[in-house]
Amino acid sequence: MVQMICRELVLRKNYLPKAQPIQTVYFGGGTPSILPAAQIGEIYACIRENFDCQLLETTLEANPDDLTPEKLNALRDMGIDRLSIGIQSFNDQVLRFYNRSHTAVESLQAIDKARKAGFRSISIDLIYGFPHADHSIWQKDLAQTISLAPDHISSYCLTIEPGTALGVWEKKGKFNAASDDFQAEQFEILLQTLDKADYLQYEISNFARHQAFSLHNSNYWKGVPYLGLGPGAHSFDGKHRGHNISNNAVYMRMLQKNKLPFQIETLDKHEQINEYLLTSLRTIWGIDTAYLTEQFGWDLRKERQNILADMLGQDLIQVSSQAVILTNKGKLLADYLAAKLFI
Amino acid sequence: MNMQKIRNFCIIAHIDHGKSTLADRLLQFTNTVTEREMQDQLLDSMDLERERGITIKSHAIQMKYPYQGEEYTLNLIDTPGHVDFSYEVSRSIAACEGALLIVDASQGIEAQTISNLYLAIGHDLEIIPVLNKIDLPGAQPEVVADEVMELIGCKREDIILASGKEGIGIEDILNAVVEKIPAPTGDEEGPLQAMIFDSVYNPFRGVEVLFRIFNGTINKGDRIKFVNTGREYEADEIGILGIQQKPQPQLKAGNVGYLVSGIKVAKEVKVGDTITHVKRPCSTTVQGFENVKPMVFAGIYPVDTTDFEELRASMEKLQLNDASLVWEPETSAALGFGFRCGFLGMLHMEIIQERLEREFDMTVITTVPSVQFRAMMNNNEYRTVNAPSDMPEPNLFKHIEEPYVKVAIITAADYVGPVIQLCMDKRGQIKNQVYLTSDRVELTFDMPLVEIVFDFFDKLKTISRGYASLDYELIGFRQSHMVRLDVMLNGEPVDALSAIVHRDKAYEWGKRLCEKLKELVPRQMFEIAIQAAIGTKIIARETVKALRKNVLAKCYGGDISRKRKLLEKQKKGKKRMRQVGNVEVPQEAFMAVLKLD
Repeated sequence: MVQMICRELVLRKNYLPKAQPIQTVYFGGGTPSILPAAQIGEIYACIRENFDCQLLETTLEANPDDLTPEKLNALRDMGIDRLSIGIQSFNDQVLRFYNRSHTAVESLQAIDKARKAGFRSISIDLIYGFPHADHSIWQKDLAQTISLAPDHISSYCLTIEPGTALGVWEKKGKFNAASDDFQAEQFEILLQTLDKADYLQYEISNFARHQAFSLHNSNYWKGVPYLGLGPGAHSFDGKHRGHNISNNAVYMRMLQKNKLPFQIETLDKHEQINEYLLTSLRTIWGIDTAYLTEQFGWDLRKERQNILADMLGQDLIQVSSQAVILTNKGKLLADYLAAKLFI
Repeated sequence: MNMQKIRNFCIIAHIDHGKSTLADRLLQFTNTVTEREMQDQLLDSMDLERERGITIKSHAIQMKYPYQGEEYTLNLIDTPGHVDFSYEVSRSIAACEGALLIVDASQGIEAQTISNLYLAIGHDLEIIPVLNKIDLPGAQPEVVADEVMELIGCKREDIILASGKEGIGIEDILNAVVEKIPAPTGDEEGPLQAMIFDSVYNPFRGVEVLFRIFNGTINKGDRIKFVNTGREYEADEIGILGIQQKPQPQLKAGNVGYLVSGIKVAKEVKVGDTITHVKRPCSTTVQGFENVKPMVFAGIYPVDTTDFEELRASMEKLQLNDASLVWEPETSAALGFGFRCGFLGMLHMEIIQERLEREFDMTVITTVPSVQFRAMMNNNEYRTVNAPSDMPEPNLFKHIEEPYVKVAIITAADYVGPVIQLCMDKRGQIKNQVYLTSDRVELTFDMPLVEIVFDFFDKLKTISRGYASLDYELIGFRQSHMVRLDVMLNGEPVDALSAIVHRDKAYEWGKRLCEKLKELVPRQMFEIAIQAAIGTKIIARETVKALRKNVLAKCYGGDISRKRKLLEKQKKGKKRMRQVGNVEVPQEAFMAVLKLD
């Protein structure tokens, strides 16, 4: 697989616009940390050989139980400077429900080891919205997280996908998902708690101290092009989105024949605008209205005057001379509001 | 043609008892159609009819049958098999001297069959009983034969055993038609007196009128008159009906034929009307003419308000070939411009809706079906109430009257209890209970029409495991305590959801409607109160809480276009929502009333 990913990389080295050197690399989606450090290094080296790189950030998504001191040292030595650790919860019972192989103790150890290894930035992933009787477990998770003082936190609401263990249980009636209201309350707790602890919410699900924003993820929301490698990976060259076939075997077979397992979707102007609205509205920087006018000749303030006034009146957005930004109340409804602005 | 060699007959059968298949066999046996021309269920030419397995509009066809060295002309007049079209059935019967009574050998006689049979006996038709589907494993020819003998007083050996599917008994049927059904009588030389029993719309030739001549002779080119409408035409083309039309110079008393005279609008042709000559008119019309009146009324609105003109054009085209559809423009605050339509019954309403969708590609919203009430005003004049919005203010009228029907239901004896219970729930009063055989019962009720307009037939089928059959006829108006029930969203009345209901049922109705709407109205930025009210009195309330959360947690590389597509799709769906005050209401909500349970 690693070999084929490298082959894909070479075949697609001209995908991204040449003018801009590569600034961020992200090993993620799934759990790349199960790979031996040497294999991760192989891909990383391949990137540096084939692209003009001026790297500012290289992140690895990791499971706590994959992180041994030796592996951490090796990763650090090859140039990975940021870890995003999939803690999810500090409650062992909840972790079992999530079908995670690690325990709370392993999580604490992993963070400690990562710190000792000297990574520049450590991010913790947390999941909320588990249908507990009350919010106490979530509050404990947050308190524990803050006491560990990571410089970055990503926190996602539990979504139950069909076909997963929870999805099957739900279908059989063995598991009841939490109500929207319950999940909304937990989101509000998240916002309040992290705000008090001096974390800045720079995107719906992302929080950072001392400007430790994820450069890589921020670029997704700003419409910066990216190249995704591996089965199921998505790419964006500024105008076209595309994705690889997600079936591992088919992915490898095609590359063995030097064919790209890539499917392209061209975005028309409206779709480009809608994607920009959807993603930028989620961030602390909001919708850059001047950018919309320059790039697409579409004046949001004029075209959506009444809707914006309505949202403003309901305290869902703030409007400055440059941008349209969500309030805390608006953040809970980000998708609903983005869709209202769509063209 | 010698009148003695003509036989006019129709078929009386319940839906699914195999009428169409049997008719096909008769046409094949007499070489009226060749194998190549044969389509299954030939007489049902509309797609919709074929799919529903019922004949919606009746037609006629002529067969030649040699019998004992002589050639006979057999006119088969097809009849619709649904209670919504009972007037058309009565006119078809009036055009015949005999009828085949077709009964499914495994099902027995159904209510609809009995009422049509009585109609035929009332017109002095010779009845030829036929047990169909005798090849099926579940057939009980002995038991069903007993039922038939009881009903029409025939002998066992008079009953023909047949199977349309297997082609059994076809020759016996044809022989019986010639032997038993009397030849028509009438005076070929007298003034023309013919009855319209059906009409067919042809987009190229205009309306084709099907008629039966009782007296006199009609020639191509004659100047003729329809007595009840008073309109005069030229008989541009007359002829007999085979699989194709066969033009003739002349048709005489006793025969059945078609007429083309450039009529463009179906409304001008009224089933039951008398055709005569302008110059030498007949002194009496054919008895039994009625103006068909709609029984069920509902609003029809385009889903997209901008499609109103297109809907109007479609309705106009539909009316060209369906004179029983009546409508007038109506405005609803919630739904915009639309039409208040009158239908013969619920099936007719469904058919119109489906034809709008299939033939004209129009998706429509249909509002709560209702019947025609009348209000006795303070000045002792009646005012017609076709829609909730027609209901006068309570201080302006003395009382409301509603149409009642006599309902006949035939069911297996096991289900008598539940059937009676159902009819009582529907404000029915039991009038009669007759055991047709030891385990089949005919029940008769007086019931308000409005109660059977809704889901009644579905419920009846459910509680009787599909066996009960239903027939009804209008018996007049009775005073009832009807009220208008309104629905409000955040205090704004939604006119399209109003209904006229009996006071005793208003609370239950209001409660269920509010509950249903709560399921269908999506959460919005604010709380929505759903209320049901009679006048100013609120009788039920539900609340849709404000939307609190609508945001996807993860939104990275691949999530973006997935989410964008989902939101774009939702936004499109929203365009189809209707705005009531500040509340967005999905179109399903307007249909909710039809699915209350």
